Amino acid sequence: MTTSGVVYPYIPNSVPEVQREMLDSIGAASVDELFERIPGDVRLHGPLDLPPPLLSEAELHRCFTRILAKNATTNENISFLGGGCWNHYVPAICDEINQRSEFLTAYAGEPYEDHGRFQALFEYTSMMAELVDMDVVNVPTYDGAQAAATSIRMCSRITGRRRVLVAANVHPETQAVIRNYCHPDLSPEVVPIDPKTGCVDRAALRRAVTGETAAVYVENPSFFGTIDASTGAIAEIVRGAGALFVVGTDPSSLGLLTPPSRRGADITCGDIQPLGMHQYFGGGRGGFIATRDDPKFIREYPSRLFGIAPTAKGEWGFGDVAWERTSFADREHAKEYVGTAAALWGITAGVYLALMGPKGMRELGEGVFMRCRYLMDRMAAVPGVTLPFAATPHFKEFVVCFDGTGKTVDSINAALRDRGIFGGFRTEVTGGRECALYSVTEVLTQRDMDTCVAALRDIVA
Amino acid sequence: MGMDMTTKLRDFHQARWDEPIIFELTTPGERGVLVPEAPADVRRAGEKALAALPADMVRQEAPKLPEMGQMRVLKHYLRLSQENLGADLNIDIGQGTCTMKYSPKVNEILSRNSGIADIHPYQDESTVQGALEIVYELDRALRAISGMDAFSLQSGGGSQGLYAIISIIRAWVEHTGQLGRKDEIVTTIFSHPTNAAVAKLMGFRIITIYPGPDGRPDIEAFRAAVSDRTAALMITNPEDTGVYNHRIGEFTDLVHAHGGLCSYDQANLNGIIGVTRALESGFDLCFFNLHKTFSAPHGCGGPGSGVVGVRSSLRRFLPVPLVEKDEATGRYYLDYDLPNSVGKIKNFHGNIHAMLKALAWIRALGADGLREVARVAVLNNNYMFRNVLKIRGASAPYAPGEHRMEQVRYSWQTMKRETGVTTSDVQNRMFDFGVHYWTSHEPWVVPEPFTIEPTESYSKQELDEFLAITAEIAREAYETPEVVRSAPHRSTVHHIDHSYFDDEKKWAITWRMYRKKFDDYFVAK
Repeated sequence: MTTSGVVYPYIPNSVPEVQREMLDSIGAASVDELFERIPGDVRLHGPLDLPPPLLSEAELHRCFTRILAKNATTNENISFLGGGCWNHYVPAICDEINQRSEFLTAYAGEPYEDHGRFQALFEYTSMMAELVDMDVVNVPTYDGAQAAATSIRMCSRITGRRRVLVAANVHPETQAVIRNYCHPDLSPEVVPIDPKTGCVDRAALRRAVTGETAAVYVENPSFFGTIDASTGAIAEIVRGAGALFVVGTDPSSLGLLTPPSRRGADITCGDIQPLGMHQYFGGGRGGFIATRDDPKFIREYPSRLFGIAPTAKGEWGFGDVAWERTSFADREHAKEYVGTAAALWGITAGVYLALMGPKGMRELGEGVFMRCRYLMDRMAAVPGVTLPFAATPHFKEFVVCFDGTGKTVDSINAALRDRGIFGGFRTEVTGGRECALYSVTEVLTQRDMDTCVAALRDIVA
Repeated sequence: MGMDMTTKLRDFHQARWDEPIIFELTTPGERGVLVPEAPADVRRAGEKALAALPADMVRQEAPKLPEMGQMRVLKHYLRLSQENLGADLNIDIGQGTCTMKYSPKVNEILSRNSGIADIHPYQDESTVQGALEIVYELDRALRAISGMDAFSLQSGGGSQGLYAIISIIRAWVEHTGQLGRKDEIVTTIFSHPTNAAVAKLMGFRIITIYPGPDGRPDIEAFRAAVSDRTAALMITNPEDTGVYNHRIGEFTDLVHAHGGLCSYDQANLNGIIGVTRALESGFDLCFFNLHKTFSAPHGCGGPGSGVVGVRSSLRRFLPVPLVEKDEATGRYYLDYDLPNSVGKIKNFHGNIHAMLKALAWIRALGADGLREVARVAVLNNNYMFRNVLKIRGASAPYAPGEHRMEQVRYSWQTMKRETGVTTSDVQNRMFDFGVHYWTSHEPWVVPEPFTIEPTESYSKQELDEFLAITAEIAREAYETPEVVRSAPHRSTVHHIDHSYFDDEKKWAITWRMYRKKFDDYFVAK
């Protein structure tokens, strides 16, 4: 009775006898009869135009393993690629937990039969709150870019204003997401950076901020890896205009660096990929938005917020705080929208923070900071290579300019690839033509970095 | 003795570990993992730089994270996982509209492969040909399934897919010089709430159509709503009721006659895959959730993927980049050359792991298998439909005697009237039998609703078990209603006090808020 005569392992009721029995129960003569309301003119006549199936699991596994083997990984090569997606080490327990059937295949259960999900996500938001030193953190949104865009919209609703300022050293893709997400009712404008420091140009910011400004968005560390010593001064400029200050940050820096909340941020946001997610070609991402315990902010979150509550028998219970905000509850009258985003990565980031603890996060931050400085010093000594913002403190990444070598980033990277090295990717910096963003994490050894520097010396010679 | 195979009712009790909040498990000094030490030369360079950092940039107080040994962390999370019912464990057909199907394990094994987990989005194209092949082949398969001409796979979930769609519609309005003239979106109450929410966010006015007596969107109300102001129709078919709108062609024709676009919300394609496509019904855009119809797991609410398909005339508005293939060399490459692109919806290329799983699922089934998915999803649903209606107190509004597609929205209105037991009470009692059950999207146009969507993944035996549980709870509602009203009895926790979620003084969204507001067990400070 199946159209092909195959009984499919994923479709238990493709057994003809079972189908007959069920049709009898329904009182229908055939499965086709059940589709009778679909008119002929909208029907597909004939099979879908797809490659022949790989019916056995063995064939399927072989086919896809071979496709994946065409990729070269950051394990087999020495990678200096970063820019919002980093090759941090993922502890085994992180993968063990997020591959559990119970978490992997659950969806939208209630706080009773899905108590574990609620507790795990409540604990994730609670640990993130400690890391960023804020009171409230959302169940993760899609990624850090979405977190930034939503933070900005929250500020606009809170202040009733529509102008938005975004620093030029914010990740270009995040800027693109913000532009689209603010459209059409908010107008983001770019605040230039000081070409000497790679940090926000405060004089330009002071000129740009007005009584119409809802939010100023900066990233610290920035896309260029620069850490801005004057975040507190920026916060004062923002506050002076009655605007709100949103700071995007890299959570892997916060064991070492002062959290933005202590330097004037009203909202801290960012991406949790560094906290236990594989790179997944840029797919292992989740966005956090953190604020203080202020209903004015809490009521503007579009995301789900899980709260803790007592039960009839003295257990820890959980549930959705201020549900009526959400588009699940109130369609187009809601705060933006909410949906399936990145909950499993939130659970994973919780596992990561519990494994790392305060000491692990401090060591991670210091280890990344020191490797970054070491590689910067070594690169700066390569003939023809310059580091435009070298005098500014950096975390994790930095811009390298190859103009003095007479070589292009593309040609250098091609030569590095031949040596098993993924060089930094090409990036636009004012005043430089052939520039690249180099990134380090705690998985790089001194030998990895020395190998890269030696290769560069050879290539540019 | 095991489960009674005549009554088909289990003597179930969910795991109940009474697990503390993780902060209560801390022992100062314990470590879960160690971090690679920086070598001596690196330290020499680094420590000097560290010392040079201004004091106010260096964190003074360490974050108050738990300190735990590795096995204790593992055990904590394993216990929490046992207190969670995934689709792999229950007969997960009570979460109608969400297509809770089997996520094949071989696809999970493949997604752990370093060749997909450990690649960077900015690697040179020559080093990620396998990843680009997955995107390209999935795009081609989705084109065949929808009849559309191009897909963007960038969005990280269904709602973000709808956001991409409304962004494209908005860009089309602007670039075709219709700004100020086309400012309305028409949708229906049984289409997913995000359709309305994202359209509002993008500055459109929303017109929502309610069903007529047969459950289909009221065509007279629709005719009155559509005008030259209509930028687009955003609709689902079949809607959450499972009733197929056979006049869908008239809807799309009317919108086209007024110069508007038609967007097909196919988050759930399960009842019609391989049977009818967006193209033949006259749509210009459509979207699928890879974590619904295409078997990628739901992950407690993501990561998922909402893929957006468009006709060729709208390709120029899609988010960048797309993946194309140079036929001469057979090389895949990223195409950023879309003149009116909305830019980025999400950083990088989207959720490649979900794409891999979806493509592997498609390849495992092929054209015939995909058609069998729809046939069995609809067969299973109509089997449930006939048998749920035999249960006392249950009913299904609209289109009496007509077959449904992949799901049915039912009502316990009769039961509530006769016993006082509500759909929320039934929900809490279902957990006692080890199955999940969801009421339905708000607003409850159908009173006391529940939505059953059996998909193709569950055997007749499992469907019968779910029916037996539902019938047993209905019997209890009529004979011993207190048992239902005071449920759950055999779940992880007991009745939760909801007043803590809407009261600003009582809500605690993190552990630190809880500690600030309460002593002991919820004793207000």
